Amino acid sequence: MSCVLRIALLCIALAPAGAAAQTVDFARSRITCVSTQMKVPLEAEFRRFTAQLAFDPARPETGSAQIEIELASFDIGSEEVNIEARGRNWFDVANHPRARFVSTSARALGGGRYEARGPLAIKGRTHDAVVPFTVKMDTAGNATFEGAFTIRRLQYGIGEGVWKDTDTVADEVQIRFRIVTSGKPPQKKP
Amino acid sequence: MMGMAASGRTPYTGTAIGLHWIVVALIITAWALGLTMVDLPLSPQKLKAYSWHKWTGVTIFLLTLARLAWRAAHQPPALSGSIPAWQIRAAAVSHALLYALLFAIPLSGWLFSSASGVPVVYLGLVQLPDLVGRDKALAGLLKQVHVVLNWTLFVTACIHVTAALKHHLVDRDDVLTRMLPFLSQRRQGEK
Repeated sequence: MSCVLRIALLCIALAPAGAAAQTVDFARSRITCVSTQMKVPLEAEFRRFTAQLAFDPARPETGSAQIEIELASFDIGSEEVNIEARGRNWFDVANHPRARFVSTSARALGGGRYEARGPLAIKGRTHDAVVPFTVKMDTAGNATFEGAFTIRRLQYGIGEGVWKDTDTVADEVQIRFRIVTSGKPPQKKP
Repeated sequence: MMGMAASGRTPYTGTAIGLHWIVVALIITAWALGLTMVDLPLSPQKLKAYSWHKWTGVTIFLLTLARLAWRAAHQPPALSGSIPAWQIRAAAVSHALLYALLFAIPLSGWLFSSASGVPVVYLGLVQLPDLVGRDKALAGLLKQVHVVLNWTLFVTACIHVTAALKHHLVDRDDVLTRMLPFLSQRRQGEK
């Protein structure tokens, strides 16, 4: 092991701010939500978001994530529904343009699975979310974070007025994500 | 048994008659839902109407399968010997077209739904597989196919009904009473 590498590894181990931040590869990353209307699952994509991730599978408790989703980028494949979703009854993007998740803790669950916890704020309301995920690292230093969790839309006031009826659109909405970070591990930098 | 005595021929079986009229009622229901749902503003009612429309279509498809199974096992009651050969052939062609449409229309709707990225969940219980992937251009084409097939059904069904009424009211034969035996009894009562 070269001296430089040894020092670099030591620096990572001692870094007080936790794992180093990783660069998100947006072309390969996706955040979607699956809502259910009349028992029909419908997947929609949030096409614009930002993410700051720092995660080292060896020391998951030092990991952190801050993800912001631009709710106006919701796309379910139907312009009529997209317009409705941006409106006051649903996301109300004019007043609440972004949803935000900030992790406050992370831990390993075993078997390559991890869990982050933290407040999820949508439409001016904040509730704690538990986000399970897996991480796959490749040899080039890219990491793929994948996971899914369920929120209750009515807790956030998503779907008000006539849409409060959960017989048509279910309360449970699944959030799915695949976030790929590129960036070579710091120790390989010259 | 009056109907049998009057014509010397039996009507369709109760199964065939029941399936025929249930499918008629379901076609009218699917049409009414289809024509109104498209103009509804986006609302829970609209989403419900779309689901009910699809469930009705799938049911028509399944009952049409049952009707073909009936036909495979039974001979439809014979037509009166006074009916010209060309009319018998025309009836056979229009019946074949009606059966084909009762398969093709739900199928085109299912394809259209798949291409639109909306799976069909029959009765909210059974999710049907997506026949094609999400594709906006294909969805637009399939919508047109669905509409054109439906108007073809409308025209064919009008010919079917007109022919049946002509046989009953003008020719006064038993073409219609084979499918509506109670009319035969009423006709007997009038005589």
